[in-house]
Amino acid sequence: MQEDHPITLEQQNKTGWRFILSELKPKGKLLTPFNIISVPIIILGTVLIVIRFWKGIGAITNLTQEVPWGLWIGFDVVTGVAFAGGAYVVTFLVYILHVRKYYPIMRATVLNGFLAYVFYAGALLLDLGRPWNVINPIIGNNFGVSSVLFLVAWHFLLYMIAQLIEFSPAIAEWLGAKRIHKILSGMTIAAVIFGITLSTLHQSGLGALYLMAKEKVHPLWYSEFLPIMFFVSSIFAGLSMVIFEGTISHRVFFQQISEKNHRAQNSIVMGLARICAGAMFVYFFLQILVFIHDKNWSLLDTPMGYWFLMEMIGFVLLPMMLFYISYRKGNIPLIRIASIITMVGIILNRLNVTVIGFKWDSPVHYIPSWMEIVVTLTVIFTEIWIFRWVIRRMPVLSDSPSWAKHED
Amino acid sequence: MSISRRGFFKAVFASGAVMALGRELHASPSTRKGGIEFRGMLYDSTLCKGCHGCEFDCAEAHNLPYPELGQDIPPVRSTSEHQRTVVNTYQTSKGEVYVKVQCMHCNEPACVAACLTQAMFKSKAGPVIWREDKCMGCRYCMVSCPFNIPKFEYHSPNPKIIKCDMCYDRLKIGEIPACAANCPNEALFYGTRRQLIKEARRRIVENPTKYADYLYGEDEAGGTCWLYLSPVKFEEIGMKTNLQKSSYPALTKGFLYSVPTIFVLFPALLLGIHQATKNNQQKKED
Repeated sequence: MQEDHPITLEQQNKTGWRFILSELKPKGKLLTPFNIISVPIIILGTVLIVIRFWKGIGAITNLTQEVPWGLWIGFDVVTGVAFAGGAYVVTFLVYILHVRKYYPIMRATVLNGFLAYVFYAGALLLDLGRPWNVINPIIGNNFGVSSVLFLVAWHFLLYMIAQLIEFSPAIAEWLGAKRIHKILSGMTIAAVIFGITLSTLHQSGLGALYLMAKEKVHPLWYSEFLPIMFFVSSIFAGLSMVIFEGTISHRVFFQQISEKNHRAQNSIVMGLARICAGAMFVYFFLQILVFIHDKNWSLLDTPMGYWFLMEMIGFVLLPMMLFYISYRKGNIPLIRIASIITMVGIILNRLNVTVIGFKWDSPVHYIPSWMEIVVTLTVIFTEIWIFRWVIRRMPVLSDSPSWAKHED
Repeated sequence: MSISRRGFFKAVFASGAVMALGRELHASPSTRKGGIEFRGMLYDSTLCKGCHGCEFDCAEAHNLPYPELGQDIPPVRSTSEHQRTVVNTYQTSKGEVYVKVQCMHCNEPACVAACLTQAMFKSKAGPVIWREDKCMGCRYCMVSCPFNIPKFEYHSPNPKIIKCDMCYDRLKIGEIPACAANCPNEALFYGTRRQLIKEARRRIVENPTKYADYLYGEDEAGGTCWLYLSPVKFEEIGMKTNLQKSSYPALTKGFLYSVPTIFVLFPALLLGIHQATKNNQQKKED
């Protein structure tokens, strides 16, 4: 785990390309448990992806004519994007509300969000039957503007650009490009405002995708307020991911983090826990309102009803209380537990809408094949590899070089 | 700054396009100015003898393999990537009833609203068609269709969406759909939707004991171009009776209409908060 400070004297002397080539070499130990598990899965997943493009989607997935969207959409895209929601919440706190306290986690969160979009939205391409036509709605010869998916696809694309701009000062600091750094830093606030607006719309848009599937999504999960539910839950989904990711990053990359930021971490986690508790309260309250409004009482006493209650009580109400209690008592480990329960709850909720509760009444149920799961893991592991690669090189967790003054 | 400005214009264009479309959604088929009336089909299940001939005619018209119909065909099948239409058999309170299943060709189709590449297309004459060169295979049409009609070739590297297109190519050269042209029992009646509704009403009025007093498709999903008559209640013959009586695309209209509003309000609001809290911070520092 030999870590160099990203900006070294040696690097200043090298010319650009030689520097990048030297940076491409792996840093750190090769035989870590994560590498030993992830490398075979990535290799297997790559083989499966080749088979998928060669023989068709049906060759490796269990998708049916009844359930056309499975794990790759329900988990990779819909759940993955909810977890990436931390980026817009944290940039809102740092750049719009000027809460400087959250600055140390800003870059890691934005990087995580950006990579999540690149990989999980990228996983969408695997699920497209005719991916070569993906340019049609982008280049403008076929704008299906009445489609929620059109909106979501465009927002993914634009938001990736916005996040790249938000993160770009870190790249400039890595390369030592001072003038470019100044230009890129000046664009940050515009990208942030644009990014938050886009996030609001496509986080809710993912819920709106299912509005037309009125009779297909189980009535306990379907409501006309699905977009609002998806938006509100993306706030605490994203922040729980930030807490979880921060916990791991602070262990794995501890040498990169300055003493000051290490000490600040607890106060940051506490603040996030408080926001989570608040957002979850709003979400739970909305769920109750929608439930009463839809008068689905009789459905509660069914297997799907118990499942719904478990999700609402065990994975929304319980972690909400845990966040609240642990915030009041300053109990950091409990906050971490609450964030993990919340994340499981979000996975359950998104899968309940997209997979488990979708066509719940059909005689044949969709269960993902092992190959779909391996491909999903391949996407996640590859993302973590890139995340690690960037963290070890660019000033993400570590402090910026002294020449790069932080400015809003 | 240039990139974000370009991004901004893109967004304005996209949201403006959403607004423009909103207007289009409003135009209901009956009030279409100067347009051709929607064509459709009236299926009278009391006349159908369950010969499955239309399945073969359909296969022939679209170069699909002939359906394999042995002695023991299951009474209820669904359309598939090999079959655009099937005829199912139901045991009902009035004996055996046959029901032909295919795309309903909704007046305001969910699949068309769902399609982000305009591959699903509601033609002016009524048929909902799928255009191969535009489709990117996302299958959102399958998620959205309340009748579960679009089917996907999962086992092809170049998959297509398979569904009834009301023999769009035959209509263009002035012929009527293959199934209606060849039905030996006149169970299928092709015409303008207005004619069909009139004809269906006439049959119900003249034969109140023979028909259930309901015209399926007149209001389902906001009205469909295929209309069904049945001797028994439609629940008994496997038709979806839980569908809403208004347009499915309208379900997403509220959300899509909020998009331009949010695009205008949010950036202004966020910039306002940004400036306001910045001043606060400066005051504190002073």
